[in-house]
Amino acid sequence: MELLTNKYFLIALTFCVYVGTQLLQRRTGIKLLNPILLSIAILICVLMGAGIDYETYSEGGEYIDFWLKPAVVALGVPLYRQLEAIKKQMLPLLAAELAGCVAGVVSVVIVADLLGASREVVMSLAPKAVTTPIAMEISAATGGIPSLTAAVVVCTGIFGGMAGFSMVRLSRVRSQIATGLSIGTASHAVGTAAAMERSERYGAFSSLGLTLNGLLTALLAPFILSLIGYY
Amino acid sequence: MILQCGILFAFLAVGELIVAVTGVPVPSSIIGMLLLTASLKARIINIHRVDRIADFLVRNLGFFFVPAGVGLMKCLDIIKGDWLPIVAATVVSTFIIIAVTGWVHQYTRRITSASSNKSSKHNNGTAD
Repeated sequence: MELLTNKYFLIALTFCVYVGTQLLQRRTGIKLLNPILLSIAILICVLMGAGIDYETYSEGGEYIDFWLKPAVVALGVPLYRQLEAIKKQMLPLLAAELAGCVAGVVSVVIVADLLGASREVVMSLAPKAVTTPIAMEISAATGGIPSLTAAVVVCTGIFGGMAGFSMVRLSRVRSQIATGLSIGTASHAVGTAAAMERSERYGAFSSLGLTLNGLLTALLAPFILSLIGYY
Repeated sequence: MILQCGILFAFLAVGELIVAVTGVPVPSSIIGMLLLTASLKARIINIHRVDRIADFLVRNLGFFFVPAGVGLMKCLDIIKGDWLPIVAATVVSTFIIIAVTGWVHQYTRRITSASSNKSSKHNNGTAD
């Protein structure tokens, strides 16, 4: 049992589980077996089964978590490679982002409220489309539960990464740029990771989507929420 | 690779500094990303000085989210009570964001490219 709570063991476990799930997806070719989702599910089961709490896991997990920030900085490189395409259509990009930001906050709040979620939960969901640090700030500022927001943000990202491309097809959006942009707007960096796997062009516009929606949501979410009478 | 890593962390550090000094409610990593793009564009940094570490991190972005996702186990109780509105709102809203963002982009793109191509008759003639 000592070994199970050792942080190096927990880091190694996380790597092994992820590599295992990646292999599983590649071997079976089943898109639904998303390595991020499966790894999270397996790790939660293992930890709960072994009676290890999240704080103990975190002592190892934080070293992996640590690389999230440099990885987001690294998105500047694919963004740079698409800079010419971005400059050519500044106006459509901004208009799409503004619409996506407003539609996202309004729709999630209304659906959750109609289905009877508590006020705290509704506020925790409002910024769910944007990257974790921004979402947690907004959630705390508007009376949500930041840790719930963090969990929902990751789930939204995984869902967007898995189902995003089908949703794009369903809504008859055809251009590559609009596809990448939509996925980044709806499902931040986790969706972007999935978009990157398809092509760097999708990924770059997805990074742009997550950046612009993050900035717009940080600026506008409290205003939008008060406008529709929730805050 | 060490130099590449150093450059990347330098941009993150500048992002942290800007957040600490100005108090803007934007994550340091996003500021670092925008500064990196701007520096590459301005040729302050050559792309070959960061591309190997950046491509490695970007290709494996998903892995770095796993510990944050495991954090779900902290909120299982809250989620249990309100799981239906949480799941339904997330699914519906994700679809709405994707559709609205995509539509507005395609539509405004058609309008802007139609107005800039008005002289060419065969191109985008049907857009408006």
